[in-house]
Amino acid sequence: MAAFAADSDLLPPSGTPHRLRLSGEWTAAHAGALEDLVDKTGKTLAGRNVTLDLNEVTRVDTVGAHLLDRLRQDIMDSGGATSIEGARPEQSILIAAISKDERIEFRPPAPRLNALVGLVADVGRGMHSAWTDVTSWVSFLGSVVASAGRVIVKPRNFRLTSFVHHLELVGLRAVPIIVLIAFLVGCIIAQQSIFQLRYFGATIFAADLISVLAVRELGVLLAAIMVAGRSGSAFTAEIGSMKMREEIDAIRVMALDEVEVLILPRMLALIVGLTLLAFLSTMACLAGGALVSLIYGGISLDVFISRVDYMMTMDNFLVGMIKAPFMALVIGLIATIEGMNVEGSAESLGIRTTASVVKSIFMVIVMDGIFAMFFTAIDM
Amino acid sequence: MSTNGTYVDRGAPPAHRDAIIRVRDLAAGFGDRLIIDGLDLDVWRGEILGVVGASGTGKSVLTRAIIGLVPKKRGTVEVFGVDLGEASLKQTLAVERRWGVLFQHGALFSSLTVKQNIQVPLREHANFSPRLMDEIAMVKLDLVGLKPAAADLYPSELSGGMIKRAALARALALDPELIFLDEPTSGLDPIGAQDFDELILTLRRTLGLTVFMVTHDLDSLAQACDRIAALGDKKVLAEGPISDMRRASHPWLKAYFNGPRARAAAAEI
Ligand SMILES: Nc1ncnc2c1ncn2[C@@H]1O[C@H](COP(=O)(O)OP(=O)(O)OP(=O)(O)O)[C@@H](O)[C@H]1O
Ligand SMILES: [Mg+2]
Repeated sequence: MAAFAADSDLLPPSGTPHRLRLSGEWTAAHAGALEDLVDKTGKTLAGRNVTLDLNEVTRVDTVGAHLLDRLRQDIMDSGGATSIEGARPEQSILIAAISKDERIEFRPPAPRLNALVGLVADVGRGMHSAWTDVTSWVSFLGSVVASAGRVIVKPRNFRLTSFVHHLELVGLRAVPIIVLIAFLVGCIIAQQSIFQLRYFGATIFAADLISVLAVRELGVLLAAIMVAGRSGSAFTAEIGSMKMREEIDAIRVMALDEVEVLILPRMLALIVGLTLLAFLSTMACLAGGALVSLIYGGISLDVFISRVDYMMTMDNFLVGMIKAPFMALVIGLIATIEGMNVEGSAESLGIRTTASVVKSIFMVIVMDGIFAMFFTAIDM
Repeated sequence: MSTNGTYVDRGAPPAHRDAIIRVRDLAAGFGDRLIIDGLDLDVWRGEILGVVGASGTGKSVLTRAIIGLVPKKRGTVEVFGVDLGEASLKQTLAVERRWGVLFQHGALFSSLTVKQNIQVPLREHANFSPRLMDEIAMVKLDLVGLKPAAADLYPSELSGGMIKRAALARALALDPELIFLDEPTSGLDPIGAQDFDELILTLRRTLGLTVFMVTHDLDSLAQACDRIAALGDKKVLAEGPISDMRRASHPWLKAYFNGPRARAAAAEI
């Protein structure tokens, strides 16, 4: 026997009552076939006076009951009438609980915008959100400065423990990876510049090149990019999940300032940590350069150091180091703002964390460019 | 769900006893600390079992250990006659399709709307047309007493009680034979809690649902539950219908079932 059936072969002339015998299992397992059957039968019996006979139905679950209801509604909507017979008590309770007076609307999805209009709208939205990004960064920077001011007036409010904890995470724990990367980049640059300068017999100047590059640009840039990826994303995720679980709200209602409690210690840890890391990374870059110069370029360590000593003026050194705290500030701002913008869903946490990393790396590079122009303009 | 009157036709647990969950000598915990130790429990097909116990006695841990979310340290758990400790992946999956779980905090997927949440089990384990999926989701919403407007809201936009109801609708999506409820009525208003009891009883009568319900709600215990198991000292302290519980001698049970709140609940019925 089929798992279910609706027997309605002989159609009497319309107007006379008609008996529809249903049988088998009306359950979710047979939903697809049942739905076809219901829709076909509903059309055939449109406008008739039908008695649904459930005597041979063995099982009904909510899906079956809903489909029975749909069949009844279809017939009644087309001007017919229905009644149910032979339902067991528990079946009639279920059917009564499921059936409703109004029909459930089946709404097709909303039509999509024209592709070109959609593209233009997207670009517009992107521009607008870039602008609101900038304004929110500035206003957030303001609240951080204000809270820093309050802490300077009342140093007891500074969260030293939290600062030290984050300094360890941001700074100390990042030392191995940043030193390694900077060292390798130093090696690569030395190898390339020696290879190119060899044609001119100017191998020795590779040392000058490496030291200027490492001290002015590479050391701080590498450290900043690593910190943005490592710690910026972590801050966004931490603050975002606190936001999701209403922990930030809890901090606020306890008359605490979330900027002071959460953000200031992280921001300071970033500033101190990135400055120290930038220095280490510069040194590692030089060390990598020195090693390759010795092995591949035949420049002895003494000569290398004397070239570095000659090139690395206080100006050059400051140009590199001064950038670190500013980059840290921007990384921290972006990370915390993105974290604060997390909404209720896990998905938005993911989107915000990605945005935090992408935006802060982008901003680090933009800032590096701006600094370069600035220092050129003031002859440093 | 109807809310007229306080009389509920309870239906009856079947006379024939057939264990749908059988727990023997179960021990579970975290690290070295056992939360449950040497616990035995049977849940019969078609019954509504209420699990009570002071906060932190391990009701949620017991539920999670039966479901398999907390690894057990010792003992056996059989559900639908399948020993979940020995079962193959296929058997476990088959068992998991036949039960529904309502977590204490809802555990709705935060990036899906209520309707999409309810449709997750439908989509994964059944082959419904899009129209039928939408309709069934709306039917379940209506069943648990949510307005159709709630269908397109995200979990972060729901109230506490609405989260409970939406999670219940998801647990009921595939008409499970067995349902685990962790404090289903906490966070519901009294009318909502009453509706909930009636819904559970209706589903038991119509679909033969078996219910494992952790609850602190004395009204629910009195109205909906056939049998109560009280947890304490890492074991089941006592089990039986609520009349037995009221006569129990254990001090915690005495305080629980004969306290002022319990007397008020009993007076209502
Ligand atoms: N993930 C976990 N890690 C460590 N300990 C846990 C964990 N989950 C629960 N516990 C401990 O297990 C014990 C029992 O917790 P459980 O959540 O089962 O309590 P409960 O009986 O459900 O209480 P309530 O009525 O408040 O929900 C508690 O002491 C709790 O600290
Ligand atoms: Mg619990």
